[in-house]
Amino acid sequence: MVTVHLTRHLYSFFPHLEGKQITVEASTVAEVVRALEALAPGIGFYICDERSRLRTHVNIFVGKEMIRDRRGLTDAVAAGDQVHILQALSGG
Amino acid sequence: MASRILVGTRKGTFIVEKANGQWRPRLAGHAGTGVNFVARDPYTGRLWALLGHGHWGAKLSVSDDGGATWADAPAQIKYPEGARYIGQDMYEDASSEFGVGWRISTRPATLAKLWVIGFGAGGRVYVGTIPGGLFVSRDAGASFELNLPLWNHESRGGDLSKGDTVGETKWFGTPASEGGEFAPGIHSIVVDPRDPNRLLVAVSTAGVIETRDGGQTWQSANKGMALEHTPDPEAEWGHDPHYIEQCEGDPDHIWQQNHVGIFYSADAARSWRKVSRPEQGVHFGFPVTVDAKNGRTAWVVPGRSDQQRMAIDGGLFVARTDDGGQTWKALRRGLPQECAYDVVYRHALANKEGVVAFGSTTGNLYVSDDGGEGWTAVANNLPPIYSVRFA
Repeated sequence: MVTVHLTRHLYSFFPHLEGKQITVEASTVAEVVRALEALAPGIGFYICDERSRLRTHVNIFVGKEMIRDRRGLTDAVAAGDQVHILQALSGG
Repeated sequence: MASRILVGTRKGTFIVEKANGQWRPRLAGHAGTGVNFVARDPYTGRLWALLGHGHWGAKLSVSDDGGATWADAPAQIKYPEGARYIGQDMYEDASSEFGVGWRISTRPATLAKLWVIGFGAGGRVYVGTIPGGLFVSRDAGASFELNLPLWNHESRGGDLSKGDTVGETKWFGTPASEGGEFAPGIHSIVVDPRDPNRLLVAVSTAGVIETRDGGQTWQSANKGMALEHTPDPEAEWGHDPHYIEQCEGDPDHIWQQNHVGIFYSADAARSWRKVSRPEQGVHFGFPVTVDAKNGRTAWVVPGRSDQQRMAIDGGLFVARTDDGGQTWKALRRGLPQECAYDVVYRHALANKEGVVAFGSTTGNLYVSDDGGEGWTAVANNLPPIYSVRFA
């Protein structure tokens, strides 16, 4: 299982996830997002655009590494990984 | 008399209600989120807010309890697979004589901004977006579909869904675009109350476009518009309507605040006539609103030219015509006449039953209960105001 940590912003849109440990079965980051969508319908369109690309000002880390494939989210995840989904600090 | 106003701002949705003779605003949802437009569907009573979350994209939000609670709409606006458009970008190019190049490329569309929403009978809901999409619902918002005849219109290069076909577009961008791209946008949707198959949309920058068959075919509706600052003043395309509005009770009367002046049509947009009075300062601006019964009565909030885009000489005023634009009256009573530099965006002026309201990007909200003769500042410290609509 992969553990997913969301930025506080996302909990404010999906409050029923608040306080829960989110664990999903996935082998790629794209599968992580799909699993999140099953837990919280609509969240996938917050993280990705309608072409399933990671939104410009959103970052996903697997462990301490930022993912590389922002278009297809093919970066691998493995059991025990910690995935963080954050808004990019874009200035201001 | 109208007693409820919906206000979209840079930092949330506000509702302004009249009680005991006083208009009072309150935050009603979406705290901290950009709200481009808030409106009530008169057919269902549902409130719709068009949100721009920044990091998290654009979302439709709805309320079925008059704004007490809000939730993401069950159907969100998404461009379908294969929806492509011709975009234009300027880029650094050291090899160019001018240091920059101009790249035109066909690209997949993704939602940058929800800009305007309109309603029709029979569950019709229309959403105008950037880049340049008209999304249509026939089930009161349970689902939306991109109108493909307009998306694939010959004026924007035809059907680009098959690949990298490079057509030519006559649609250009708007600085209101979000995400850094200078893409075109649909900001005005007019549904003819006599015939739901007749719609007008206005595009920055292309012009006014009309369908008479429910969106199957579209034609330009820019006859009489004058592009005086360009080499081809009579061009079919290239116009920059800032906003258009139709008289509900006398629908042949349509008003347009354009980049190059104020235009009026008394023949349902078959032709336009310029009715600006630059010598009176009544010329440039963004919003326009027309009386629901008398199509010759309209209000604008003039600004100083496109180079400044703010109140003229520090004095804020609304101009009203009651004779189809032949004469204008400057309405200043109750509005600041010193050191006021408000800008009023295209969706931030409205009228209903003798009440006129507008809000500015400096967070001032003004309401007049007597057709604009006298004004009251209802709020002075709201976030930048994007839209003002009567509920």
